[in-house]
Amino acid sequence: MAEDKNTGLETKRVLMKGNEAVGEAAIKAGCLCYFAYPITPQTETPEYLSRRMEEENLIFLQAESEVAAINMVFGASAAGARVMTSSSSPGISLKQEGISYIAGAELPCVIVNVVRGGPGLGNIEASQADYFQSTRGGGHGDYRCIVLAPNCLQECYDMTMNAFDLADYYRMPVFIQSDGIIGQLVEPFDMHPYKPMFDKLPTKNWALTGCAGRKPNVVRTLYLNPPNGLEMHNRNLEKKYNKIKSELRWCETYNCDNADIIVIAYGATSRIAKSAIKKHNDNGLKIGLFRPKTLWPWPEAELVEVAQKNKGVKFLVIEMSMGQMLEDVLLTLMDVVTKKDILFYGMGGGWNPTPDGVYAEISEIAKKL
Amino acid sequence: MNIIKAQPKSITTESTKYCPGCGHGIILRLIGEAIDELGIREKMILTAPVGCAVVLYDYIFCDVVECAHGRAPAVGTAIKRVHPDKFVLIYQGDGDLAAIGMAEIIHAANRGENMSVIFVNNATYGMTGGQMAPTTLIGQKTTTSPSGRTIKGMGKPIRVCELLATLEETKYLERTSINSVRNINKTKAAIRKVFQNQLNGIGFSMVEILSMCPVGWKVSPVEAIQFIEEQMINYFPLGVYKNVE
Repeated sequence: MAEDKNTGLETKRVLMKGNEAVGEAAIKAGCLCYFAYPITPQTETPEYLSRRMEEENLIFLQAESEVAAINMVFGASAAGARVMTSSSSPGISLKQEGISYIAGAELPCVIVNVVRGGPGLGNIEASQADYFQSTRGGGHGDYRCIVLAPNCLQECYDMTMNAFDLADYYRMPVFIQSDGIIGQLVEPFDMHPYKPMFDKLPTKNWALTGCAGRKPNVVRTLYLNPPNGLEMHNRNLEKKYNKIKSELRWCETYNCDNADIIVIAYGATSRIAKSAIKKHNDNGLKIGLFRPKTLWPWPEAELVEVAQKNKGVKFLVIEMSMGQMLEDVLLTLMDVVTKKDILFYGMGGGWNPTPDGVYAEISEIAKKL
Repeated sequence: MNIIKAQPKSITTESTKYCPGCGHGIILRLIGEAIDELGIREKMILTAPVGCAVVLYDYIFCDVVECAHGRAPAVGTAIKRVHPDKFVLIYQGDGDLAAIGMAEIIHAANRGENMSVIFVNNATYGMTGGQMAPTTLIGQKTTTSPSGRTIKGMGKPIRVCELLATLEETKYLERTSINSVRNINKTKAAIRKVFQNQLNGIGFSMVEILSMCPVGWKVSPVEAIQFIEEQMINYFPLGVYKNVE
């Protein structure tokens, strides 16, 4: 045990798997219920929680399907509990119906997606091809989810705790967008007690607890009347989403001052990119890294600032998908740099880029500077 | 003036949006009476299904959650796990329970969730205008079986009580009807039994109620009652299918 420099809380250095770190963080953050269905490469989370939640006298239930699991999340959240589910890409597709309802009913919950290759059954290797699915809504209707993208186990642990707070604070689903590499990775991190993000969270006076001593609560997503009910509901949601866009944009910038080339990458890819960047830096090349830590809201202003500070800079977008985050980069930078200054290196087969591959890709761009 | 029977206190005075001759109104009234008699309104959390009963929250004065189509048993499972001391009522139609939500009801029943289920079987999809349901009778014409349901290609109507009775963790299963005063009274008793079982911690209990849908069936309210008497009850026999004390 040691004392954390910033918080004074007791921390313990532990060695764990990414999928387990997420589970332990959930327990520490006061997650009362967890509902899920096994799928590779996230199954260590339900396996870990089936044991730990029993120890802690919490609610663990292996659902009959992903569809049932997300609807159990809906029920538990409506009942006022902190609740989490986890899955991987095909399972998250099945959960989209429920996620749309949860977003529509403005219920808080945490959803972990350990992304694997797709479309379809794809494969079980790491991928980032669910970027559209998690940042664009995924299910039917006009809604958004907060999406946090960890790139190490410390962030898996910290962001899972943050996710519960953000979900309660904004009353909406929050994704932890992990991937097959981060989920399966084993590395040490500091396990500390729960650190709340906010001094105070709104009370759940809307929760279903039986209406003793108050008017009945109704959790609903249907707006048949008054005639403009749904219009107003969607406008209110939009207001909330705009507020989040102004309050919650997380990113990491590394060596982005006076850079000639800036790599844009998130999750596992950002770590691979950083290895290649460091090697180039050692050789005297000015290469930086811009890493979104929130995929929604996208750190738009921060990326614009980086582009404006570095005149003539080339951007290299690296993804384990075929140009999904690239669209956000293009939309963000379309008034700041020309399209030919934004380059792309993507992997589509559920295989990760290697530091050598990224190094070579950067070398090719550097030659033409 | 002597009041023989008053409006149940747990039912709002809102006029329902149900069609003339529809069975939901009668069932709603019976649920209201049972809630009042057992004094469970303030501990009740009701799940409303997709379909005609979706706006139950406008009619029953208690906490309500509206569920996605067929998913009420999963939603209710979680609510009951979070609040084991509260009363969870699942209200589903035949499309909801026996088609899209068949997995959810079977697994909730198989886990022996201590919940009360009211299953309204009117042999059609009412809300969307009378399409074929898993419970639609052989020969019955619907907007998606215009020549009448055939066994070949469409299968036989699913008997839900008989199906769930094979699961050892189900504790009470009864099929009733609301085609007559006598059967309405029996339905009321079954609803009370299903409610009381949850209060006593007995476990998964369900009443399947054969109900009228004159608009969906394209018949008069009187003919709808006759349809239940002459056809539905033949295929869906009334009675207790499971009773574990």
